[in-house]
Parts: sequence; structure tokens; C-alpha cells
Amino acid sequence: MVRLEKRLNPNRTVAMLTPLLAVLLTMLAGGIMFALLGNDPFEAIRVIFWDPLFAEPFASYSRPQLLVKAGPLILIAIGLSIGFRAGIWNIGAEGQYIMGAICGAAAGLAFYPSESPLIFPLMVLFGGLGGWAWAMIPAVLKVRFGTNEILVSLMLVYVAENILAMVSTGVLRNPEGMGFPGSRNLGHWDAASNPELIEGTGMHWGVALSLVVVIATYVMMTRHIRGFHVRLAGEAPRAARFAGVNPTRIVIFCLGLAGALAGLAGLFEVSGPAGQITIDFASGYGFTAIIVAFLGRLHPVGILLAGLLMALTYIGGELAQLLLGVPAAAIQLFQGMLLFFLLAMDVFTNYRVRFGTTKVTA
Amino acid sequence: MDLSAIDPALLVAALMVSATPILLAALGEMVVERAGVLNLGVEGMMIIGAVTGFIVGFNTEVPALGFVAAAFASALLALAFGLLTQVLLSNQVATGLGLTLVGLGLSALLGKPYEGMKAPTLSQIDFGPLSDLPFLGPVLFGHDPVVYLSLLLVLVVWYVIKHTRVGLILRAVGENHDAAHALGYKVVRIRLAAIAFGGSLAGLGGAYLSLVRLPQWTEGMTAGAGWIALAIVVFASWRAGRVLIGAYLFGGLTVLQLNLQAAGVTIGVQYLSMAPYLITILVLVLITSGKGRGSHAAPASLGRAFQQSR
Repeated sequence: MVRLEKRLNPNRTVAMLTPLLAVLLTMLAGGIMFALLGNDPFEAIRVIFWDPLFAEPFASYSRPQLLVKAGPLILIAIGLSIGFRAGIWNIGAEGQYIMGAICGAAAGLAFYPSESPLIFPLMVLFGGLGGWAWAMIPAVLKVRFGTNEILVSLMLVYVAENILAMVSTGVLRNPEGMGFPGSRNLGHWDAASNPELIEGTGMHWGVALSLVVVIATYVMMTRHIRGFHVRLAGEAPRAARFAGVNPTRIVIFCLGLAGALAGLAGLFEVSGPAGQITIDFASGYGFTAIIVAFLGRLHPVGILLAGLLMALTYIGGELAQLLLGVPAAAIQLFQGMLLFFLLAMDVFTNYRVRFGTTKVTA
Repeated sequence: MDLSAIDPALLVAALMVSATPILLAALGEMVVERAGVLNLGVEGMMIIGAVTGFIVGFNTEVPALGFVAAAFASALLALAFGLLTQVLLSNQVATGLGLTLVGLGLSALLGKPYEGMKAPTLSQIDFGPLSDLPFLGPVLFGHDPVVYLSLLLVLVVWYVIKHTRVGLILRAVGENHDAAHALGYKVVRIRLAAIAFGGSLAGLGGAYLSLVRLPQWTEGMTAGAGWIALAIVVFASWRAGRVLIGAYLFGGLTVLQLNLQAAGVTIGVQYLSMAPYLITILVLVLITSGKGRGSHAAPASLGRAFQQSR
């Protein structure tokens, strides 16, 4: 008879091994999936995980893409992970990402064609504020009325997508764009563009910020009283309240921070790699970041690594689409399976597996 | 703008069709939550139902087979969620989200060759002269069998939960799983059964979207219907009758919005298409802030993992 016995403390070694195990299982299941789709599974896995980094001629294009894709994922996932630690389920990061991009781009475009050096900082400020404000809606509704933040934050994603469609065909449309939807290209306007900082690396301001945020979050969660309160509120809400932790402030803080970071990710994306506000600007980073946060064990360093891995599946997925004709949805399924396997593996972190029946002891 | 073009009888009839997918999914999810399990994967199960229903319906040209296959496929997916949360004791919120992501990806992959094809039509039940009655005809006697099935299911779920022993056990498991376990009920098995039931109803709802409502397959076609179903369960304070009211109210708003667009109301299309989501948020706020019993009606063990310690 197999039994599960709760560990007093989660096993840290196992906690670090489970993501690796989950990745292996996903490769196995993914390989079977690719075989069913009529591809050589080994070739598919190699194209996704190896070729983007090491096989020329693709690698020189796709290596910089790694940081370009990982930057926003890490930035969003860090914000989400702090909330998840506190038991606050913000799953609407996609909406906050869109709103950050819209607000930041709008703030910049208001001053077109000025070349003032203040424009980019202003856009960054408004990008963060836009995401923050969008996240404040579920936060305020939760603390004021007790409304479920999961549903509200998700509903707001659909609202944000409609707003995106509205502004890219309306107020933000490029007046010189011959009637095509989409804003002016920020990449062609020096004062507002978010360029590659070091040639050939893909490093832009958003990637730099994400690295800073990883370190700052690590310090906050392990060394600062705020981080302790967040963890306490998640692991023992009752004890947290006795210790004087204000649950309202935790909700406002966690959702606000996650929103601001998602908004910044959106702003850096729209001013850098994407270049303009268009109807299809939303790319699903906000949802993939949920997987990144869990894959990284809600730990800043883990999220850094998970973000890079997830970025690799994006790039490898595009390559596999190009070379092998694997449908785009296969990669989405691949990412979903990764989260599923990870959650299944988690049982070994929190529980010990025992065989045989229990002996009753006095 | 010509609002007189909107015929109330046709509006009510269209409302019932538009509400049926959400009604089915919300009803299933309510049973799952009554058993104390929070499955956030409704969206994923619905879209798997939609794609399976369409593929089977299209290939066999028998829509009914599509519905059956959809119910099975979604129940299977739901059982994967059940295995993770009930046996491997994973976090229900995260697993539900994972289920949605897997469902969206898998459905897009499976449905790719079927995009743009047209589903076989599901014939309406022939009520003879009854369907020619003014107003009552189109409202009561002009639908396909699934609409009647969904209404019947509301009645059955209400009766079973409220008046039978099975319902009592289900509620006991949802309110206090430790006590239910002490009484000798198999908590995990009962919850797995509820999860599978919820999954099959979500699958039926999804298949209704792709086989009747649209009727075709497009990637991501559920567009948040599963999440709205989750909101309706809260709105309904976990009661079958109110799930029906919630779903029909919501269906009514959707149909009204489409009719307003067709009647040429000069509001931006985007405002109208974001309206259902805004209204859902508004309703959630009203329900949870109200002085009534709304938010307190949640099953006491909702979302809590049960581990039997011996």
C-alpha cells in the first residue's frame, strides 16, 4: 500500500530537482506528441532546445532573441511570484502588460516629434503607472468588497485587448500611416526608442531592469521585513494577522507591484522589439509568465533560469515551425504540459512516499 | 437606428441559445465546487469539448455523437486535474490554470485542419403546430435538444443536491471533508466523480459552441466563456436555480449587445464587445459586497486539499 506522509518542511533538494525532472518528462511527452504529428521526435527536440543557441546560421539571429524574450517574461513572473507567495492570484498580467504599453506609448507620442531626453523616462513612468492602475482595479475591489481577484483580473485582460484594438485604430493611429491600424513606430524615433544596449546581445533597458529586479526581489524576500510579511501572509494568514500584518496592505502591495512590473515589461516591449502599438501587440507573455513563476519555484533566481528556458522554447518553437512545419499551437501545449508535470512532481517536495501499512504506536 | 426591428420573442429564443454553453459549464462547475473543489480549468475543458465535438460531429456527420465525444474528452481532461489535485495534492488554483493552458494549446493543435469548415446542423425537435404559437412558439418549442437537456439538467442537479442522499453526501464532502471522512465516505472518490461530471458538462457546453452556436471551429473560440461560467457560480451563490438565472441574464446581455450592433447603434464595436466582461465584474462586486448571504454561501472546504492521515 502506497501512502503519502506530509513532510514537516518542504525538501529543498527535491524542490530544486523537480523542475529538471518536469522538463525531462515534458521532453518525453513532447517527443511522443511530435512523433504523432509525424516528425522525428529527436530532431524536433534538438531544433527546439539546441539549434537556436548553437547551430549556425540560426544561432546568430536567435541568441539575442533569448534575452529579448526572457526579459519581459522574467519581469512579469517576478511580480506574479510575490503575489503567489502571499496567496494573491493575479492572473491578469497580460492585461496589465497591454495597458502599460498603451499608457507609456501614449505619454511619449503626446510629445511627438520632440527630441527631449526626458521623453523616454516619462514613458517608463507612465508604462509602470498604467500597469499599476490596471492592477489596482482587482486590488481595490478585493480589499473593499471582497471580490475574487482571479476572476476580475482575468476579465480585465479581455477589456484591455478591446482597448488595444480601439486605440490602435483610433487615437494612437499613425496619422501618416495611410490609414493602416497601428501607432507610429517608436523605434524610428530616437527620443522614445528602447534600443539594443550592447550590439548583438539583445540586451535592452527592459532586460537590464529585469536583472535588477531579480536581485532586489531576492534581497526583499530574504532580508527585508516586507518580504517576510508577504511570505507570512501566504503561509499562515492567521498568524500574520496576529503579528500585525495588514492584509489590505499586502494585497495592494502585491497586486500593485505585479501590475507595475507587467506594465514596464509592456512599455519596454512596445518601445523596443515590437516598435509600435498594433492590434496584435498582445503576445501571451502575461500567461506564459505564470508558468515561468511556477517553474522557477516562485524564487527570483529560479525565475531567472525559468525565464531563459521558456524564452528558448519560444525561439525553438518558431524555428521548429519554420524547419519542420510543427504548428505554433504545439509549443503552447508543450509549455502547458511543463506546468502540469511540474505541479505533479511537487508532491515529492511536500510529501514523503511510504510503502506498507502504518503500525499503530502508542 | 431602428430598435423596433428587435423582436422580443426572437430575442428570448436567441438568449436561450446563447446562454446554453455557459449554463452547462456553470452547472457542472457548481457541482464540483459543492464537493469542495475549485477547478479553474473550465475554459480549457470547454475548448477541448468544442474541438472534440466539432471533429467527431464533422467526420461522422452526426452532431449527437460529437456531443457525446466532447463530454468524454472533457471528463478525461478533468480527471487529469483530479489526479493532480486529489491524489498528488497539487495546488488547485495553479493546476486549474495549467489545465486551461493545456486545453487551449491542445485544442489549437487538434483543430488546425478543421478551421473554416462548417459543422453539420443539429435538427430541432419537431413540436408540430405548437411551434407556430405566437411568442410561446419560438421561445418554448423552437429549440434543439441540447437546450432542453440543459434545462432538464438544472432540474436534476437541483433535485439531487437538495433532496437526495447522494446530494447530502456531496455537500458533506464539500463543507467538511474531515467529518465526511470520519463518517466513512470516500472523499477523494466522491470528489473525482464530481470533477468528471463537471468536466463532461463543460465539454457539452463547449461542443454546443462549435456545433450549434457558431457553428464552426476557430482557435480560442471560447473567448473567456469558461471564466464567465466560474463567475456565474459565484453569482448564483452555489445554487442550481440561480445558475440558470445568471446564465440567462448573461446570455440576454450578449444577445442584446449583438442586436444593438446589428440595429446600428453608434457605439464603438469594442465598447460593446468588452461589455460582457465589465458586466461580469460589476455583478461579482455587487454579489460579494451585498449584505445578503451571497459570499457566505461558499462551501466551507472549497479549494482545500484533503489528505487522509491514518
